[in-house]
Amino acid sequence: MRITFDEIRRNNVKTWFLIVLFFLIISLFGFAFGLYMGDIFMGLIITTIFGVIYTLVVFSTGDRMIMSISGAKEVTKQEYPHLFHTVEGLSLAAGLPTPKCYVIKDSALNAFATGRKPENASIAVTTGLLEKLNRQELEGVVAHEMSHIKNNDIKVMMLAAVLVGVILLLSQFLLRSFLWGGKGSGRKNSGNATIIFIVVGLVLAILAPIIAELIKLSISRKREYMADASGAMFTRYPPGLASALKKISKDPDPLVDTANKATAHLFISSPFRKKKSGRSRLFSTHPPIEERIKRLEEM
Amino acid sequence: MALSTLWIVIIIVVVIVLLIVGLFNRLIRLKNQVKNSFAQIDVQLKRRNDLIPNLVNAVKGYMKHEKTTLENITKARAAVMKATTPDEKGKASNMLSETLKSLFAVSENYPDLKANQNFMQLQEELAGTENKIAYSRQHYNDIVMVFNTKIQTFPNNVIAGTLGFKEEASFETSAEERKNVKVEF
Repeated sequence: MRITFDEIRRNNVKTWFLIVLFFLIISLFGFAFGLYMGDIFMGLIITTIFGVIYTLVVFSTGDRMIMSISGAKEVTKQEYPHLFHTVEGLSLAAGLPTPKCYVIKDSALNAFATGRKPENASIAVTTGLLEKLNRQELEGVVAHEMSHIKNNDIKVMMLAAVLVGVILLLSQFLLRSFLWGGKGSGRKNSGNATIIFIVVGLVLAILAPIIAELIKLSISRKREYMADASGAMFTRYPPGLASALKKISKDPDPLVDTANKATAHLFISSPFRKKKSGRSRLFSTHPPIEERIKRLEEM
Repeated sequence: MALSTLWIVIIIVVVIVLLIVGLFNRLIRLKNQVKNSFAQIDVQLKRRNDLIPNLVNAVKGYMKHEKTTLENITKARAAVMKATTPDEKGKASNMLSETLKSLFAVSENYPDLKANQNFMQLQEELAGTENKIAYSRQHYNDIVMVFNTKIQTFPNNVIAGTLGFKEEASFETSAEERKNVKVEF
């Protein structure tokens, strides 16, 4: 219980950290954009307004945005009774309202949860997961997602996904307009401003993905262990999740087609193909699955 | 001198009163959670009781030789409905789980029945409900444990009794359940 409260408080702090960081990066973009237009103040105002509106939109519809990016469809109890029973059972165990259920039509084995708060959370699983896991294993996975919901991890993870997403998008946009604009002759900037612009633009284009990477790192890895542990508390059966993770790690096709850089950290196991190098481990959004299985088996 | 002593006494009294009020409110909140989670078990028990007549109807035509099994189920269901205390309810509910398990065990001998769409749906529905009963009990026990720990630890135990808070009883699981908590018919 105590751990949950601590986690929730820490997550609220992280939420603010993310929003502040987001606005800092957005202002940098605004600065560069303003420089480009010849009016820094205007650029800052435009991006700040955009940032506020975007953050508000994210808070109210971020979960649906993520679901539609991931190609997840909301399903009814008639279509997937087995999934609904599992989700309902574990929300009883966690003492939470039942989240909405989504299914991703993909043969990969993966799942994630998202939402602003436990009262309007959603869980998404792939069809591959439903087909290949038995009841205990599916319960283990759903319990893992349930503890993300209970600890309010979902809010931070959702914000990270959509805020990182837009930063990636903006830096690409900036890079492109920089490349395009370089050839255009319509600009009335003097040579000096062009140089500043090029420098700021380059710094941003390099910095933004790194910051995005850092945001995701600060969020994911430790909490996967946490969610494994408290998920096992809900099912009272750690081998269920352990065996599910084994199946997931042995699956030849770990790639969820619709997952991208911004949503990768949401999933229960990394939706990308494994690269076997030390660097990829340092920058990966998920702890090594073998280590998670080991910890579960030691419980 | 006398005035400042008076102030100190007043401050101490106010602090103590505030602490007691805080504790009281926290205990009330927990107590309501206990009540609510107990009601959740009832919801699931009722759901299962509602499903059983459908199951018996679906099965009757196929299982000519399993009259006693079906009668046991109906009896156990009636016992759950009659039970009033948590203890009785727990025992009756465990009985019903056992009889259902034996019904689904013998259903293996009836291939026609096993292929029946309606039966398959009911089986999934009942297995889901059985698990929900187990999970809601587990949650009830978790909450009761938090509540009991709160009123048993010092200094809360000094005041909790005076405020009228008593320990809540948690569910005992049967030996059968302890072996395998989750049901897969």
